Amino acid sequence: MLHIINKSPLTGSTLDSCLNTATGGDILLIEDAVYAATRGSAVEARLRAAMGKFKVHVLMPDLDARGMGDRLMEGVSPVDYGGFVELTVNNKNCQSWL
Amino acid sequence: MSDAKKFMFVNRKAPYGTIYALESLEVVLISAAFDQDVSLVFLDDGVYQLKKGQQTKGIETKNFSPAYRALEDYDVEKLYVEKEAMEARGLTEEDFLVPVTVLSRAEMGKLMDEQDVVLSF
Amino acid sequence: MKFGIVVNEGPYQHQASDSAYLFAKAAIEKGHEVWRVFFYHDGVNNASKLTEPPQDDRHIVNRWAKLAEDHKIDLVVCVAAALRRGIKEENLAQGFRISGLGQLVEAGIKCDRLVTFGD
Repeated sequence: MLHIINKSPLTGSTLDSCLNTATGGDILLIEDAVYAATRGSAVEARLRAAMGKFKVHVLMPDLDARGMGDRLMEGVSPVDYGGFVELTVNNKNCQSWL
Repeated sequence: MSDAKKFMFVNRKAPYGTIYALESLEVVLISAAFDQDVSLVFLDDGVYQLKKGQQTKGIETKNFSPAYRALEDYDVEKLYVEKEAMEARGLTEEDFLVPVTVLSRAEMGKLMDEQDVVLSF
Repeated sequence: MKFGIVVNEGPYQHQASDSAYLFAKAAIEKGHEVWRVFFYHDGVNNASKLTEPPQDDRHIVNRWAKLAEDHKIDLVVCVAAALRRGIKEENLAQGFRISGLGQLVEAGIKCDRLVTFGD
């Protein structure tokens, strides 16, 4: 299953809810959730710990737009919108954690 | 029903602060007419949608919580609440307007995986 | 593959409509079909023909209409959500149509994937 997150992990608990409830699969960070994919943030360790269970992707156009393209955390796979489409195709279902 | 899809409606937001809970319920009621396999799940603040005793007179807003009781008449009978979310909010099953099935996080995650269509509000 | 897309937030205020548009465009470029885009909640405001962004900004409403025209996408605005927010036939932008919530459920049934963009 593909889990799509769009909220900053520093102001809300959406990413945590997903990490706690979802059984595994792919996570795609878009919009303000891309900050979760950056080095040096207070939630870096949290995401790193989840990487065994989930494959984590980040939408690069959103990371670049926010000037954080130079902080991409190792182990997070960068995708463009085409890659986003591929993730939805390759998973049987998807959920946007709104 | 054999070709019915599994639809899950995910509610993660509290009522009244925003319109999502109300408009989500409107979709659920419509979906009942399509003979699909419908589940409603309540996670995080979505759990508050089911709290008994909502009194909305003071905020001059329609109390839509009785509509959860009508779901049964529409054959929408699969309502699931995440145990950890419920407990984190100091609630128990007795606090809810309608009978629900309480699932652990792990069970909830597994149920999500089994769905064909997940709509979140 | 046949895609359905749900947009739950209005234009400019939230990135949801932009993300949904860029996703739709990428899906089409990869040879997929975007069968229907359903606008719900404040997403109905994406269909207001009164929208006038500054010259140097993207025109979110017209951009949806153009994509729909070029690729035969059904742009559906939820009637109940639209009436609540003052979107009616008289101010509905070209390329959109107003219909019921059943159209959202139908998109879930008929499409291979339904992807939601919201808050």
